[in-house]
Amino acid sequence: MTTRTLSGKAAIVGIGATEFSKASGRSELQLSVEAVRAAVADAGLEVGEVDGLTTFTMDTSSEIAVARELGLPELRFFSRINFGGGAACATVQQAAMAVATGVADVVVAYRGFNERSESRFGQFSVAAATQVNTNGLDNAWTYPLGLGTPAATVAMQARRYMHEYGATSTDFGAVAVADRRHAATNPHAFFHERPITIEDHQASRMIVDPLHLLDCCQETDGAQAIVVVSAERARDLPQRPAHVVAAAQGSGRDQFVMTSYYRDDIGIPEMGVVGRELWRQSGLTPADVPTAVLYDHFTPYVLMQLEELGFCGRGEAPGFVADGAIELGGRLPLNTHGGQLGEAYLHGMNGIAEAVRQVRGTSVNQVPAAVDGHVLVTAGTGVPTSGLVLGAALV
Amino acid sequence: MAVRPMVNRDSQFFWDGTQVGELRIQVCNACGATRFPPGPACQQCEAYDRGHEVAAGEGTVYSYVVHRHPPVPGKELPIVIALIDLDEGVRMVGEVEGVDDLEIGQRLRVDFRRVDDDLTLPVWRTV
Repeated sequence: MTTRTLSGKAAIVGIGATEFSKASGRSELQLSVEAVRAAVADAGLEVGEVDGLTTFTMDTSSEIAVARELGLPELRFFSRINFGGGAACATVQQAAMAVATGVADVVVAYRGFNERSESRFGQFSVAAATQVNTNGLDNAWTYPLGLGTPAATVAMQARRYMHEYGATSTDFGAVAVADRRHAATNPHAFFHERPITIEDHQASRMIVDPLHLLDCCQETDGAQAIVVVSAERARDLPQRPAHVVAAAQGSGRDQFVMTSYYRDDIGIPEMGVVGRELWRQSGLTPADVPTAVLYDHFTPYVLMQLEELGFCGRGEAPGFVADGAIELGGRLPLNTHGGQLGEAYLHGMNGIAEAVRQVRGTSVNQVPAAVDGHVLVTAGTGVPTSGLVLGAALV
Repeated sequence: MAVRPMVNRDSQFFWDGTQVGELRIQVCNACGATRFPPGPACQQCEAYDRGHEVAAGEGTVYSYVVHRHPPVPGKELPIVIALIDLDEGVRMVGEVEGVDDLEIGQRLRVDFRRVDDDLTLPVWRTV
């Protein structure tokens, strides 16, 4: 390993979240402040020790607004990452780079919103089409033509994937069944004690052919925060550290946000960029990962990620996910918290928290090999994205 | 209320084209490379010198969706939206009128739907 690496320099030492609901009854800013306080307490730190904050460009609560509510005297580091849910793991990468370089000592990544009770993420977003920037210009080629909901943009890729590789709707449904099975035993999940069958998936109404309702994640009110410190500092704190063994961002050729339709292959090569970098930084291979949290706002992307990340070959994901292979007890349990279909849609941040619990050994659906092993987490798909490999021990 | 496209000086020619019934594709004046969506710098030769050609207006369905939920401003659902490989070698999104389903590989021809004085959208029909 080269000396110029982020691997092993930082660790997640605290996680905290609000409840996950459909109507939080309080402001997005309050949700984020509550989550940050919970995460800092979980880390065994004082709120006044936080000197860095990082979040998504999309978040409506700025770093300084959160700092004011926390009563922080000073911030030495603040930053934001663009491209919707693709930012999730990159906020932890930002935090890790800051603490690894001494720019800051205690950095909290947060994401909080009322995306069910206020601005609903599943709806057609006129705001996205009218942004005064290149994202808005990019959307001129889809939104005015009627293609402007997240489900619709994904369905376009899903249909082509089915055509190319013979995948079926029931292959996508395997992801929903696994997520909901895991959510069923997670008291924090919105769909706690509400598993589904593949028949339920097939019977759910069509949203955008070929996607059924149960291919689509929830809309959630809530917030999640993650505390990152240096690996040295982590040794003195109460929680078992989840070391940042690898952290990567990725964007591909001719990249767009949810509408990268103009490449020869309209898959998700940006996740391949992330995957190759995660394996390079960590020195690991897919066979070394006993469980993963793969971003699941829509089920087809989980299959495509398995291929881009190297867990199976191109077009082989339908076989890979069959027969319970991605459920607890299978060869690669995915999204053991229930994912964004089952637990909550916190733009990927709740998935990072689950990876931390797997490393700590405290998941409600614990994968034994994860405690002394490594867990892969990915961020939003269809967008410029990011990923992490977390581990209790360093490679 | 229809969603209006954001337009800048790199994309104005396309929307000027739909107003007069032309489906315009950016062409690099220096190397001849076609490109959609348009942009200011040629990805092939780096030139900032661009013009356009008028597409013949036919293409093949590369992928498609049938949008049923949730509501889309200015549309009555369901609508069929396709990714179309134009014969000129570029790909674009468009609504397909007059069908309730589609198949990959089907041939489409462009038409134009006037929304108001300032906006005309390309739409597609099966050949």
